Amino acid sequence: MSPETPRAKDGRAPDVFSRGGWTPMRDYALSEPVDFLIVGAGAGGATLGCRLAENGFSVVILEAGPFWRPLEDFASDELAQQTLFWTDDRLIAGDDPIALGGNNSGRGVGGSTVHYSMIALRFRPEWFKCRSQLGYGFDWPITYDDLAPYYEEAEEALKVAGPVNYPWGPPRRRYPYRPHEVNAAGLVLARGAEKLGVGWAATPLTTVSAPRGKSPPCVYRGFCNYGCSTNAKQSALTVWIPRALRAGAQVRDLAMAGRIDIDPRGRATGVEYFREGAWRFQHARNVVVAGYAIETPRLLLNSACPLFPKGLANSSGLVGTHLTTHAGPGAWATFDEAIRWYKGPPNMAVTEHWNYTDQGKDFVGGYAFMSQGPLPMAWAQTLATTRGLWGAALRDEMRKYNHMAGFVPVGETEPRAQNCVTLADDVDQYGLRIPKVIFSYSENDKRLQRHAVAFMSEMLAAAGGYDIWTNFKDTSHLLGTCRMGDDPTTSVVDADGRSWDIPNLWICDGSLFPTCGGVNPSLTIQALACRIADRISRLAATGSLASA
Amino acid sequence: MREIDKGDETASPYAGYDVLAKWNTPSFDDRTRGVLERRLTEISPRRFLAPDAFALLEAVVERLAPPLPGLSPRLLARWIDACLYENFGEGFRAVAAPPWPQSWRIGLGAIDGEARRLFGAPFVALGADEKDATLQAIQQGTTDAALWRRLDAASFFSDTLLKTIAGLAYAHPLAWNDIGFGGPASPRGYVRLGFDARDPWEARERR
Ligand SMILES: Cc1cc2nc3c(=O)[nH]c(=O)nc-3n(C[C@H](O)[C@H](O)[C@H](O)COP(=O)(O)OP(=O)(O)OC[C@H]3O[C@@H](n4cnc5c(N)ncnc54)[C@H](O)[C@@H]3O)c2cc1C
Ligand code: SF4
Repeated sequence: MSPETPRAKDGRAPDVFSRGGWTPMRDYALSEPVDFLIVGAGAGGATLGCRLAENGFSVVILEAGPFWRPLEDFASDELAQQTLFWTDDRLIAGDDPIALGGNNSGRGVGGSTVHYSMIALRFRPEWFKCRSQLGYGFDWPITYDDLAPYYEEAEEALKVAGPVNYPWGPPRRRYPYRPHEVNAAGLVLARGAEKLGVGWAATPLTTVSAPRGKSPPCVYRGFCNYGCSTNAKQSALTVWIPRALRAGAQVRDLAMAGRIDIDPRGRATGVEYFREGAWRFQHARNVVVAGYAIETPRLLLNSACPLFPKGLANSSGLVGTHLTTHAGPGAWATFDEAIRWYKGPPNMAVTEHWNYTDQGKDFVGGYAFMSQGPLPMAWAQTLATTRGLWGAALRDEMRKYNHMAGFVPVGETEPRAQNCVTLADDVDQYGLRIPKVIFSYSENDKRLQRHAVAFMSEMLAAAGGYDIWTNFKDTSHLLGTCRMGDDPTTSVVDADGRSWDIPNLWICDGSLFPTCGGVNPSLTIQALACRIADRISRLAATGSLASA
Repeated sequence: MREIDKGDETASPYAGYDVLAKWNTPSFDDRTRGVLERRLTEISPRRFLAPDAFALLEAVVERLAPPLPGLSPRLLARWIDACLYENFGEGFRAVAAPPWPQSWRIGLGAIDGEARRLFGAPFVALGADEKDATLQAIQQGTTDAALWRRLDAASFFSDTLLKTIAGLAYAHPLAWNDIGFGGPASPRGYVRLGFDARDPWEARERR
């Protein structure tokens, strides 16, 4: 079903905008060091690879998963599309173990953005100085103003469709495309918000509301979390990768990086990766790790060597620690009206009220919440696992499917050392030690979730919902295991994503986040990648890149 | 287009809706047609579970799956067996738990053990009420730990057994008919998104 033999090779890569089509691609020799060798073609890696190639660097991107052509590969079907997810063996532990798989990480060119929900929100400015301005978590080594131009660059590149006046955050330019019509599931949120006197907005989304190049406007088919078969979705696969290829980058699909090699001077020399049945070695002047917040620390830890016995970039001992996720407890209700929440992208309305209001909270941190649109398999699984329904009871509850609506927050969790990614003793199909992901909520995290669930329930009732029930198990997003900072003893990389210990080793993905805020992370990851590409070009101009 | 047995559907508010009637319309594309064609016609042979374990799984599915006329427990049990054979799970597991396929073997064995402990007979030989009582005991975790070895009974029941069965049941077009789900929707998608708004190609609800 999935193209489990590489497609991107022999001087060509799949053309994502056609069935069976190809686009030319540069071929770099293994023995010739490339300027930047990037591990992972997701939100961080694809964006950085594109911008570096456009700035004139030679770039190769290794991606563990396949290179899809959405038009021919993506079915309108939840079950068939489970192949988009990272399902290699992982262990989970802690008091609140995080469900992984499709819930959290993608595998394939485009990374998790291939099946993400397309919500494109900026961080609240104060979150970059969380510790000094809001009294919790850690300060980032950059400010909102440092990132603002790159937020704009990412929004422009993704042609975000959003409202003319977005109610939260500092003044900003208009979104490039007009907002989508809000579906009934979103109108429930709007109605409830107006009753309770809090703001709401049509969610800024990275699916186009009007034609863009070869992307047709979104047709509201609702399968966004299972891959967009029309290419309306603006993902790393459809936006940054085609640009990267045009700029001369090479993408190697089904190429699993297993180890970063280090020379006796303590510099990275390249990456050992498994492709087409054999281990290969690509030489590089710089290595960038962009495998998301589990695979990035895993690769650094698995690359331990005599010079760096605790793993690479780990003199602080922080690699893998301070894992955050977004808590996603749900509140659900039945409505007399037909909602048919399967229509349209799953989260068409949002409120960031509790991200920007600090009064009336018994917790620190924030949360946004959105309207929801689970498809039948996912919804049946929610009912089964959280309410324990089976047999006739499950069937009866499922029959209410078209009359349900609900909200799920993106609930901030505190960065804490004990929540972490470590290596287990077991090995995977490549012989690499698998990750163990340990997570427990803090008391503050739990208070935040109780607040969110109470407020969302109140809003559902205000909107006319009844038989309200809640669930507390879900999470989304994985962040913060290689945080950026100002001080080598309390961070893994600097503000440019460059590791303190190894000057030609960089990180560019969700692992960088010192704190996770109360919004979905991909826009911030892409803005950071654009900024890091700029910084690298400047460092190169002043001769401050490591020369191998 | 495939005909599926719609069985007794008097209770469904969407009676008469057949998502597969859209097979030759712009709601279905070739890729989706291919996937569903295989789902509805290809029944893989039992390859992973031994015959008694498979019979037990079928009996468990019969109780846990939504009773949808035409959706046979045997079919769902086959799908599960195929997933186990291909080791096609979600990839993650609790530190203490054995790998996914093994946890199914242990879990099924333990279900039988609980049936014998509670009612002195193998699960498949029990009446419907006794089967349900056995499953409820497991769901609530009132089990004999020795039978479950490294598995946590309640979490195996909820996160593995029930999650898999509920998910697979609602991956079947018959189930989509029962709940009035629009089904495949590419390239046409939908036009009418508001409250009580229905496109002509969506299920009509009797209220
Ligand atoms: C269901 C779902 C919905 C989401 N919705 C939203 C949303 O609406 N808005 C939002 O902002 N965010 C959303 N997210 C989160 C967002 O997709 C991720 O946070 C973001 O893509 C992470 O970017 P990344 O670059 O860190 O990792 P990814 O995008 O996951 O990319 C990492 C890539 O690296 C590859 N890789 C990993 N290890 C290796 C290795 N050793 N060798 C080679 N390749 C490797 C992986 O295969 C993967 O393709 C969602 C996520 C999910 C799962
Ligand atoms: S709703 Fe829009 S973005 Fe989502 S899958 Fe359909 S066309 Fe793509």
